[in-house]
Amino acid sequence: MNWPLYEVFIRGRRGLNHVHVGSLHAPDDEMALRNARDLYTRRNEGVSIWVVRAKHIAASSPDEKDPFFAPSGDKVYRHPTFYEIPDEVPGI
Amino acid sequence: MTGSFEEIIARDQRIEPRDEMPDGYRATMIRQISQHAHSEIIGMQPEGTWITRAPSLRRKAILLAKVQDEAGHGLYLYSAAETLGVDREDLTERLISGKQKYSSIFNYPALTFADVGVIGWLVDGAAICNQVPLCRSSYGPYARAMIRICKEESFHQRQGYELLMTMMRGTDGQRRMVRDATDRWWWPSLMMFGPPDAESPNTAQSLAWRVKRHTNDELRQRFVDLAVPQAEALGVTLPDPVLRWNEERGRYDFGEVDWTEFKQVIAGNGPCNAQRIAQRRAAHEDGAWVREAAEAYAAKEAVA
Repeated sequence: MNWPLYEVFIRGRRGLNHVHVGSLHAPDDEMALRNARDLYTRRNEGVSIWVVRAKHIAASSPDEKDPFFAPSGDKVYRHPTFYEIPDEVPGI
Repeated sequence: MTGSFEEIIARDQRIEPRDEMPDGYRATMIRQISQHAHSEIIGMQPEGTWITRAPSLRRKAILLAKVQDEAGHGLYLYSAAETLGVDREDLTERLISGKQKYSSIFNYPALTFADVGVIGWLVDGAAICNQVPLCRSSYGPYARAMIRICKEESFHQRQGYELLMTMMRGTDGQRRMVRDATDRWWWPSLMMFGPPDAESPNTAQSLAWRVKRHTNDELRQRFVDLAVPQAEALGVTLPDPVLRWNEERGRYDFGEVDWTEFKQVIAGNGPCNAQRIAQRRAAHEDGAWVREAAEAYAAKEAVA
């Protein structure tokens, strides 16, 4: 018997994003949520849990990393520090 | 910024599951993480026997929480091992068929309730010495699991030490139990760091891969240096006639571990090896109907 693998994401506090914390096996979504609560929030680590079947996650692969992320590499003008503003100009 | 496996290791960055890695690295990590997971799971047993016989509701609640943590640690680690392409069912099978090992310490019995305290103080204390550097292990999922585990282990050690302090304030009989348990667990705790460096052929490669950060003997020394003042504060004598402060080194000198006993326990001839595996196998087999029922329910719901 092999229950499907779920990836678990926890929102630690109100105002924060859900963050990946690990994985677990469960027979269905409901059990995955309950198991995730017992496994990853025994000490109030979360206020909300997402579980998603690992097979439903599409991921960029490390082999593609360079070409995949290359388009953002040469666009320094997207960063505020690219622009020179005189020190005496206030509030910018 | 990316790069080859060697470049990532040289920059002291983490290897992540889909990165390319040498076969030897993958095999080493699978072995280390799954043995660690098995140790957490088997580690529930020595103390678990005391849950129904804890002397107070407070101690019972603490012990339940602690044993539940061990289960959780096992599951974090199985989850990390699976990122390397092994199968959970297969790992369980390798444990209950005796194909994979777990820490030799859990093949010793917990004979009295004082053992629960000493296991927390010494066994979990030794585990912490071993595990804190593993939070910087080069394999990302393992390092992240270790961070969670180390946060929780601190409670384990402190509850054990507090339990022992309470018993040392009790009757002569209770103090005898603490001393007896300390005598029995001290040397097996030192064995937890593994064979001496001279007989640990994999250490050099593990250090180069940043899988390990310190040698077995370095960690053993660190543990002794921490434990001796704790034993003094508790009022117990550690069972080592040559244990003494070495002014020159600024560390404690201590006696030689009985490596023959260590090898015997690893080889399956410890006091509880057969019992531990039999119990794990029984738990797995007795739980089969629960897994089947949950799966049948999931299948029914999926159709509806």
